[in-house]
Amino acid sequence: MHPLVASDAVSLRMMLDNREVSATEITQAHLDRIAETDQHVSAFIRTLDQSALDHAGDIDRRLSAGSRVGALAGLPLALKDILCTKGVETTCGSRMLQHYRPPYDATVVRKLREADAIVVGKANMDEFAMGSSCENSAFFPTRNPWDLERVPGGSSGGSVAAVAANNVPLGIGTDTGGSVRQPAALCGVVGVKPTYGLVSRFGLIAFASSLDQVGPIARTVGDAAELLEAIAGHDPRDATSIPTEAPDLHSALEAGVEGLRVGVVREFMGEGMADGVRQVVTAAIDRFAALGAEVVDVSLPHAGYGVSAYYLIAPSECSSNLSRYDGVRYGLRVDGETTEQMMASTREAGFGREVKRRIMIGTYALSAGYYDAYYAQAQRVRTLIIRDYEAAYAGCDVLVSPTSPTTAFKLGERAADPLAMYLSDVYTIPSNLAGAPALSLPVGLDHDGLPVGLQLMAPVLGEPVLFRAARALERELAIDSTPRGPGSLAQVAA
Amino acid sequence: MSVAPDASTQAQRAARDSGVEQAARFEAVIGLEVHVELNTATKMFCGCAIDFGGEPNVRTCPVCLGQPGSLPMINVKAVEYAIRLGLALGCDIAPSSQFHRKNYFYPDMPKNYQISQYDVPICLGGQLEVATADGSRRVGITRVHMEEDTGKTIHMAVHSERGAISGRIHGAEYSLVDYNRAGIPLLEVVSEPDIRSAEQARAYLTELRAIVLALEISDAKLEEGSMRCDANVSLRPVGHSVFGTRVEVKNMNSLRSLGRAIDHEIARQTELLSSGQPIVQETRHWNEDTATTSTLRAKEEVFDYRYFSDPDLVPVEPDSDWVARLRAELVELPAARRSRYAAEHGLAPGTAALLQSSGLAGRFDEAVSAGAPPAEAAKWLTNEVAAWCNERSVDPVTAALPGAHLAELTRLVADGTLSTKLAREVLEAVLAGEGSPGEVVAARGLAQISDTGALGAVVDTAIAGNAAAAQRVRDGNTKAIGALVGAVMRATKGQANPGLVNELLQARLKQAGER
Repeated sequence: MHPLVASDAVSLRMMLDNREVSATEITQAHLDRIAETDQHVSAFIRTLDQSALDHAGDIDRRLSAGSRVGALAGLPLALKDILCTKGVETTCGSRMLQHYRPPYDATVVRKLREADAIVVGKANMDEFAMGSSCENSAFFPTRNPWDLERVPGGSSGGSVAAVAANNVPLGIGTDTGGSVRQPAALCGVVGVKPTYGLVSRFGLIAFASSLDQVGPIARTVGDAAELLEAIAGHDPRDATSIPTEAPDLHSALEAGVEGLRVGVVREFMGEGMADGVRQVVTAAIDRFAALGAEVVDVSLPHAGYGVSAYYLIAPSECSSNLSRYDGVRYGLRVDGETTEQMMASTREAGFGREVKRRIMIGTYALSAGYYDAYYAQAQRVRTLIIRDYEAAYAGCDVLVSPTSPTTAFKLGERAADPLAMYLSDVYTIPSNLAGAPALSLPVGLDHDGLPVGLQLMAPVLGEPVLFRAARALERELAIDSTPRGPGSLAQVAA
Repeated sequence: MSVAPDASTQAQRAARDSGVEQAARFEAVIGLEVHVELNTATKMFCGCAIDFGGEPNVRTCPVCLGQPGSLPMINVKAVEYAIRLGLALGCDIAPSSQFHRKNYFYPDMPKNYQISQYDVPICLGGQLEVATADGSRRVGITRVHMEEDTGKTIHMAVHSERGAISGRIHGAEYSLVDYNRAGIPLLEVVSEPDIRSAEQARAYLTELRAIVLALEISDAKLEEGSMRCDANVSLRPVGHSVFGTRVEVKNMNSLRSLGRAIDHEIARQTELLSSGQPIVQETRHWNEDTATTSTLRAKEEVFDYRYFSDPDLVPVEPDSDWVARLRAELVELPAARRSRYAAEHGLAPGTAALLQSSGLAGRFDEAVSAGAPPAEAAKWLTNEVAAWCNERSVDPVTAALPGAHLAELTRLVADGTLSTKLAREVLEAVLAGEGSPGEVVAARGLAQISDTGALGAVVDTAIAGNAAAAQRVRDGNTKAIGALVGAVMRATKGQANPGLVNELLQARLKQAGER
């Protein structure tokens, strides 16, 4: 592996500052790595080699001229294909938008450009972010670099797999119910779901608006912090954006966990978790105690209803959000005898099975006569979960749990069983319902040599303590995040 | 458990029992839903300009086109307008109100849902006092809420000889959609079912329109759709308090068609009930050409809108100081203005109402404060100015007629400089932007000739040239003097003072007769 692609983002940025390397060299090394390995991983729907090299060349010219460059200058990044890029196809993993070219840039995309991150490609995903395995992409599944017969998780599987495969140091995903954290856990990288409203949703193609949040993906906590600082902050184009500055994650990043109270969520340590996950997660939590944190047992009594509430709220919002795909204005159009038939045929052909399933569930849940029993009830559960968290944080600084009940599963293993697939997100969903930040940190490998993620959670806008706790454990564990072992990319590519 | 029959069942029974001649004993129960298109600079949820005409789909952006990933932002000015209308109607302003999504598929709706307010609207519970022939009536206002307008669909049917023409959706070969209107802010004003006749409905709509115009929040043109009105009509036997089955009537685009549609619907329902037939709950479409209503949507076809709170928006929570300031700054409302016009200026209620409904009340106030006699100012405005604007489709509010100009015009007429006829010509020139009345008179040399010496010579020439007519006047035929006046006017290009001409002619013809 080329040393540049093995390097983390902070190191690359320092080398660029010291003129040990050019942005073009960094970019070219990563494009070469993609050309070599993406045939096995299929992380990208589309790579943007030329615009990436053009941007890198521009950065190098500015550096030579002594002009300003952004905080992420020269750092290659994989962008989930759910974020609008002006004039560049943005498919959302769907036939419906296969040839759709947005007329504008998402706010996150604009901020990334202003920070001089190099967007090398649009990453694969479950269609409209609905899925936990990346198998619901309308185009092809992405594979887990640790075992190419296994899924990378989803829905941000492409961005995460690209980071895990050393195709890029940085990735952008979106997390509605665990779509950054769960694949991060399954691929052994760091994935963050920030506080709802910390990162603008403008230009993020909506799945479930009250839950969607853009999040950073990286191989180190420090890299993820750099990326989050670059994309966070108030956006006057998003009414749900919190009027706050981007958080300062760096000043306390190395402050350690001594004196912090770390709550272990009782309800997330029970049945349904694989033994291997339990062993690795328990060992990691013990290290917190060794580092001087006070580890306590806490309860989120209503968290167990999270998946049920989520699978009413998210489909309800999606049934409305996805109504606009009707063939009239953009995207796929399948002709029909009447306007109604055209709309129906377009939606029949343009959406995959899982998307249709959720539109049906959501339409039903919002229908007259069912609204109170389903949607309104789910919103009440959401309120109870928020109160559970508030009570827990009265006595804790951060909460911990496994990110996912299992390690990466085989392709096709859960495709026919949506309920089993939905349970992949049982520990991640409550944070989305509460609007609070959470992070998945790789903490070891199970007996099959597959990565296990620890989920750390913090109160709303508690990103500084979240990153600080994650960094302390990362430093202590010193995990090697390079995929290896039988069936891994390392073997195939070698 | 006993089930009370609803009023229409009672009405059917009453009709059967007592025969058709009892039809007059039904009472109409009417509620109106009025949509007002706001004249804010930009749309409800994006920065696109609000304007009319021009190429289709030019005033659009990713937000009002519902492009993937776009998000709405609330236009604070539209919220202000909603609060002002609510205050004018005596509503409570909700400290927190919410936007919901109204979900249904239609190609002129970019997102296939409309952002609207549902169970928590911004204004609740007001009233409107309306004047009718039977005296004043108080109509309750249920609510005023904010929403976004849709685009416009044009259905095209292609005929080989005639090219493409627009028509109804049935039989159309293709449809075109213009989203320039999509996202324009609307206020929906819902009345209580307190209206009992077509006349009251017209009076309500007239008064509501006058308020909207006084607040300057919309140009409120029924004919152009910037104000739209739907009517819910039901009947019940007089004296009953239970409501009958309700029919919603749409597509009335003038005060006149509102009245006709309601009258027609009352007659139709009366006939059905009188012959023992049930009223079907449905939405009916008013056809102006046939003067009838026809079924648009039956009850079973009613959409389930699946309302839910729009997760892209946060609650609207107007600061109480802001609301208090808007209340303090509220303009004089039409009813108060009419009272003031009667008390201070002696104007008849009809004239005052006409000034308001034509949007000229502000001009009237300006002219009067610049010294115009109120009755004269009102006469010029409601006749000449209103007609001139109407013919040219000019908004009276923007017409180039400062109050001082109108005051000057009435002065020129009063002091004899201008005849009424010349004054009309001057007024048109002023409206056309040629300057003040004095400037127009000077530039066109229009001052009335009131010089006895100068006119005397013209009068003599006219008598000499029209000997026969002159003789008939001398013989006592007073009407024949018209021909002589005409001759003088022609000779002076209309500038002779007509009163003076008459006086001179009569003096001379009398002298001659006596001689």
